[in-house]
Amino acid sequence: MDADRIGRTLARIAHEILERNRGVEDLALVGIRTRGVPLARRLAKAIREIQHHDPSTNLGVGPGSPAVDIPTGALDITLYRDDLMRTAVGAQPIIRRTEIPFSIDDKRILLVDDVLYTGRTIRAALDALIEFGRPKAIQLIVLVDRGHRELPIKADYVGKNLPTSVSQSVQVHLTEVDGRDEVEILDS
Amino acid sequence: MKKDLLGIDDLTRDEIYLVLDTAEAMREIGQRPIKKVPTLRGKTIVNLFYEPSTRTRTSFEIAEKRLSADTLNIAVATSSVLKGETLADTAMNIEAMAPDMIVLRHASSGAGHLLSRICRSRIINAGDGMHEHPTQALLDAFTIREHKQRIDGLKVTIVGDLMHSRVLRSNVLLLTKLGADVWVSGPPTLMPTGIERLGVRVSPDIDEAVTGADVIMMLRIQQERMHGAFIPSLREYFNIFGMTKARVARAKPDVIIMHPGPMNRGVEIASDVADGPYSVILEQVANGVAVRMAVLYLLAGGADVD
Repeated sequence: MDADRIGRTLARIAHEILERNRGVEDLALVGIRTRGVPLARRLAKAIREIQHHDPSTNLGVGPGSPAVDIPTGALDITLYRDDLMRTAVGAQPIIRRTEIPFSIDDKRILLVDDVLYTGRTIRAALDALIEFGRPKAIQLIVLVDRGHRELPIKADYVGKNLPTSVSQSVQVHLTEVDGRDEVEILDS
Repeated sequence: MKKDLLGIDDLTRDEIYLVLDTAEAMREIGQRPIKKVPTLRGKTIVNLFYEPSTRTRTSFEIAEKRLSADTLNIAVATSSVLKGETLADTAMNIEAMAPDMIVLRHASSGAGHLLSRICRSRIINAGDGMHEHPTQALLDAFTIREHKQRIDGLKVTIVGDLMHSRVLRSNVLLLTKLGADVWVSGPPTLMPTGIERLGVRVSPDIDEAVTGADVIMMLRIQQERMHGAFIPSLREYFNIFGMTKARVARAKPDVIIMHPGPMNRGVEIASDVADGPYSVILEQVANGVAVRMAVLYLLAGGADVD
């Protein structure tokens, strides 16, 4: 996937979010560190732009109201991983800040990550998120679903299904983190 | 990181920054409605304290509990040590019950090193005699960086009982590693010989030492470690080396005043300075929990060398 394709995919997901949730009421985006965070911010921007062009989609706040910014947070799941402390050697993974500057109680949380693979990251993210409150619902958005699930987890919005083999790796590059937008499959 | 945290001496610059950055993330956990993460579930941590401590022991215990470790405290006042057991024997007995970490506070310098040699458990030095108190220096650095956004190039003045202070030693090692310009001041009787070899500027004149300081760190007069006449009287000490408003005025306008606690008000620091606008003394205590969580997390995983 190139930059253009990623942009159009996110625009499509933004439309799907508005359609499925009938507006932006109670919605909040939470990106999983690292690359889920810029994706969540881009989705927030895309949704704001849709509302701007087409006030009729702005069901949550009524016709003619100004577009609403969806609250956006960042979640670091490292402390909830199921593979911490399982090896006798090697340094601990780096922890980054979790920043959820709003109450998630009774919100519909849109959890965003770049690649869905085994599902273990999402399992950790659900545990982490629940400790901040009791959301009304949690929906999962991923840019790429590469298959090979090890847990019963399914995404609600998928940018692209990419069939891969376990020996391959899927690398998502985003301008905010990597200086360019690209999704590539690497053979190892 | 190595297996144990015995002193700042063992840490590289990068490891110090790793602890500070990790602590930055840990601090947010203390602001949540549920102040707990499951990371150290099933790990047993023994807090073995041979010296009285309120702040450090409470801070470690809160940090351990926020990471979901099982903790137990051994205060020597209620233990077999009073029946004559040696530190090594006590440690071996605790070790036989397979804890994952031991947090040790002891009056003898090098007590942590002794345990490190005989224990499989990871050892965290929570203060050994007059040697080191690494987590205190790390939380001080964290507090300084929060206020000044850097440590490199700052003038940090440390005043007080330099001879008996493990906080001084750990702080000097850390601050010089990170490029601060460290000044020390105190009575000559409490000035260890050769202290300038640690890379600090020594000035017996406190007014000179605090002039233009970005950070002033006061150390406690440790009467419990003084076996001899080091100072004529506490009142005279306050007159010559006590931190007063007039002295604070010589420092930079945005100076911060630090103290590792427990404070002797009216001895090393005036009450109006301790409670004044420049004082970050209680922030140090708050940051201590996040920094200790970072240390516990980083040591709990696999060690680089074993």
